[in-house]
Amino acid sequence: MYRMFRNQHNFTYGNAYHISALSDVTCFLEDGTNYQEMLLEMTGQKTVPNVFINKTHVGGCDNTMQAHKDGSLQQLLSSNEAYDYDLIVIGGGSGGLACSKEAAALGKKAMVLDYVVPTPKGTTWGLGGTCVNVGCIPKKLMHQTAVLGTAMQDARKFGWEFDETVKHNWETMKTAVNNYIGSLNWGYRVALRDKNVNYVNAYAEFIEPHKIKAINKRGKETFYTAAKFVLATGERPRYLGIPGDKEYCITSDDLFSLPHCPGKTLVIGASYVALECGGFLAGLGLDVTIMVRSILLRGFDQDMANRAGEHMEEHGVKFLRKYVPVKVEELEAGTPGKLKVTAKSTESDEIIEGEYNTVLIAVGRDACTDKVGLDKAGVKVNPKNGKISVNDEEQTNVPHIYAIGDILEGKWELTPVAIQAGRLLARRLYGGSTLKCDYVNVPTTVFTPLEYGSCGLSEDRATELYGQDNLEVFHSLFWPLEFTVPGRDNNKCYAKIICNKLDNDRVIGFHYLGPNAGEVTQGFGVAMKCGVTKEQLDATIGIHPTCAEVRSQLFRFTSVFISFLPSIS
Amino acid sequence: VLTFNKINNDFITICCHVRSIVLCLLLIIIQYAHTGKYDYDLVVIGGGSGGLACSKEAAQLGQKVAVLDYVEPSVKGTKWGLGGTCVNVGCIPKKLMHQAALLGTAVKDAKKYGWQISGPICHDWATMAEAIQNHVRSLNWGHRVQLQDKKVKYLNVKGSLVDKHTVKGLSKAGKEMILTAKNIVIATGGRPNYPTNIPGAVEHGITSDDIFWLKKSPGKTLVVGASYVALECAGFLTGIGLDTTVMVRSIALRGFDQQMAGLVTDYMDAYGTKFAWMCVPKRVDKLSSGALQVTWTDTHTGNEHKDTYDSVLWAVGRAPETKALGLDKLGVQLRKETGKIVVGADESTSVPNIYAFGDIGEGRPELTPTAIKAGKFLARRLAGHSTELMNYDNVPTTVFTPLEYGCVGLSEEEAEKRHGKDGIEVYHAFYKPLEFSVAERDASQCYLKVICERGGDQKILGLHFTGPNAGEVTQGFAMGFQCGATYSHLLQTVGIHPTCAEELIKVSITKRSGLDATVTGC
Repeated sequence: MYRMFRNQHNFTYGNAYHISALSDVTCFLEDGTNYQEMLLEMTGQKTVPNVFINKTHVGGCDNTMQAHKDGSLQQLLSSNEAYDYDLIVIGGGSGGLACSKEAAALGKKAMVLDYVVPTPKGTTWGLGGTCVNVGCIPKKLMHQTAVLGTAMQDARKFGWEFDETVKHNWETMKTAVNNYIGSLNWGYRVALRDKNVNYVNAYAEFIEPHKIKAINKRGKETFYTAAKFVLATGERPRYLGIPGDKEYCITSDDLFSLPHCPGKTLVIGASYVALECGGFLAGLGLDVTIMVRSILLRGFDQDMANRAGEHMEEHGVKFLRKYVPVKVEELEAGTPGKLKVTAKSTESDEIIEGEYNTVLIAVGRDACTDKVGLDKAGVKVNPKNGKISVNDEEQTNVPHIYAIGDILEGKWELTPVAIQAGRLLARRLYGGSTLKCDYVNVPTTVFTPLEYGSCGLSEDRATELYGQDNLEVFHSLFWPLEFTVPGRDNNKCYAKIICNKLDNDRVIGFHYLGPNAGEVTQGFGVAMKCGVTKEQLDATIGIHPTCAEVRSQLFRFTSVFISFLPSIS
Repeated sequence: VLTFNKINNDFITICCHVRSIVLCLLLIIIQYAHTGKYDYDLVVIGGGSGGLACSKEAAQLGQKVAVLDYVEPSVKGTKWGLGGTCVNVGCIPKKLMHQAALLGTAVKDAKKYGWQISGPICHDWATMAEAIQNHVRSLNWGHRVQLQDKKVKYLNVKGSLVDKHTVKGLSKAGKEMILTAKNIVIATGGRPNYPTNIPGAVEHGITSDDIFWLKKSPGKTLVVGASYVALECAGFLTGIGLDTTVMVRSIALRGFDQQMAGLVTDYMDAYGTKFAWMCVPKRVDKLSSGALQVTWTDTHTGNEHKDTYDSVLWAVGRAPETKALGLDKLGVQLRKETGKIVVGADESTSVPNIYAFGDIGEGRPELTPTAIKAGKFLARRLAGHSTELMNYDNVPTTVFTPLEYGCVGLSEEEAEKRHGKDGIEVYHAFYKPLEFSVAERDASQCYLKVICERGGDQKILGLHFTGPNAGEVTQGFAMGFQCGATYSHLLQTVGIHPTCAEELIKVSITKRSGLDATVTGC
């Protein structure tokens, strides 16, 4: 329909740019009104003139004049004839894919380049970035494996009878998880093809502000130019810089496709990656030790972080607190082999040693911004952490280069945030949208054995911002109904909300430690977007019996007294 | 000597009497000063979720409160402790048996995730039932302790009204007592119906009042009815491996969104529950083998069918417990069709000082959390502590069928009725829970829809979700709903990855567009 319309009734404006204005073509048409209806459907605008430039809908007369004034008309008119692409996205992770697909859907010629540099252990993977291949997806599936391990124990209490000695087989799980990932990789490629995004499996680096060099696996170089670029290269796990780390240790980049069971494992670090990996490995029945330099889950509510940690400790995860590793040596090669780790106390000169089959480093991640030629493009990078600063429209200091996702300075390193940012960026660039990505009140969940979901401020941060006297904290320990019959983790689950007394008792922090925290937290994220207050929270009726209903029973905080929610409600 | 002794004894007895009378008088005077001319400020009849919440709240606000609870045994003789339907024969044992069924699926899933389970997996009813019953008993106990702690007088007697300030209590032993109160609250709830015109139904059938307390597995079961109680019971029975059939007269989950109801029953169908649609039972006969032979008519074809079952569970609605309350004498107005008490926004009945709420209130949602909340609010008002009324709108709920179904707000049918087909925009998606992927489970019925006003900022009118953990998913959204959430609020919220709940904030395909609503990729 659209194409037919364009071909028949476009007329030329300026330098051969196609613009259609219905008023000028009505003379050819018997039924101009039908086209008006059609235009309404396509553009949401019924009136004429209705201006398109290069398939981009500009709007009516006023919009066109405005576009002329603010220069965007010129930009549209001069667009891209000189470049190979309207948009090149570097990095085919969640954010990059979302952005490139959206740009293509809006009629732009888009390319995405993705290339996985193998880990020191030689691990590589397919299209889709960290989340799909070495992050959220395999992590959650392995967490689910551990959850099912607990479910099996519970099941016996609920009357199920089966084999008394159930063991876990790493390879079965690894294969199942990787098959699923493989199907996702494939799905992404199909989606890119369907949406007419040109996907190139090559490593991209800038050689000029508008030009990149792409090097494929065989070392072949190709050059591409584009009017605009989006950097979405993400991050990779950081190594320790100690003897033996790259030779003998693995990171989360390797763990999920490890061909053999890791065996007795030392996890170094206390980031959410460390706790999640340590948690599910222990859940599979492995001997797990976590070495922590200072605190757990930096940046998260510390009360919650410690509770999550305590729960892990109660379930057999060992913590070595206030130690840093100094070297890793191989005692025996094998699958898994045997490694000796030497660590030093952060408080004294004490040196300790331990033997493990696997050492997993999870001490943070570094932005992949140092080897993509950003200097050639003039993009400023924070030399300390490799992160890129952008304005509230994800624009770097170089106006035609944007950045999204984990490489942004001071922003969330979360898949949904990157997707949202990428999609909204494309809509602003090519769809006439003005909606910006909102980085406030982002809900998130850490999939530790006892899951921790949060949205908004930690109690620590809220106290810093508003002062303790201006906060009201409501909290409760609770015992999920499902835990009662198996008799586990009595009063270990915990929920708290932080309200700002200065602002109508508005909820500024939500924290939940318990089963299905992700599912529970999501809706509260929406409620917080709606500016939920304690009063509205109280007015919401619970769903019985759920864990989520506990929030309607939160007790007023007093410093010495914690109300134990009775297991009845 | 003997006479003297007798006189002496009598004298002592009289003295004791005088003493006790004086003591009683003193007590009465003290009470009078406290509660006016009544024994209590508040007498609550019915110790279910609502009644307990109301009486505890009132006591905490300084009122003198008594709560009367008495469980009339079921036809089969099943009885239970303090706490009402939810704790004993409702939400709690139901959700735990549902959990037992889910764990069965989990054990099967576990194999796909690498857990090596050799040999058969089977279920033992007795182990499950005993564990659940023990938990329920601990809750009964907990309730009693709480009442004691909060200084609520608990009386295990059957209460009925004498006049608008007087309640008569009848104990199990047949002893009567009279209590007077300034205010009386009726929270006696409902009990399952039996059909009245089906021979053998009452003699051979059980209801949800019995199922959770069975010592032995119900075996091959016919569940009659398609209420949420019927589907939930049939769901967990199927889940623990029993041959289960649901007999449905007309539609499933009346009052709920019918598209969602269809997904719920489709999933059950695939899960192994058998459905006899458009069928009505005619009679139940006990065979010499002990098996129950059920005869039914297929209303579609008019044909008659027979099959045998070990148990027949009637789940054909619930009726309020009003008959024995003496309401008619006092002129407390009832709705004839339902037998429920007509109540005002402040839970008042047609008789001053008498209030009613919970499942017994006409037009009220039959849900525990609603009753608890309404009971607390009522107590606060009666204690003169507040004037706030219970808001019965936008009550979220979840049906714990094998595929759980959570919702808040209007069904699509109701939204259409109120706003017109052109006045609403329905965003929907079929999604696949991540956990299903490795487990190789079919997710055809995992679906969600958000019904919005079409104009303006697209205020959300109804939100519906089928999938794992529907209750946990729905709760937070209900809170957003309470704050007037719009479609754009959903769009502005960042997802939690990877969860099922995130699909609700990512939903973008409208029904009107006719586009494929299947979610692909992240």
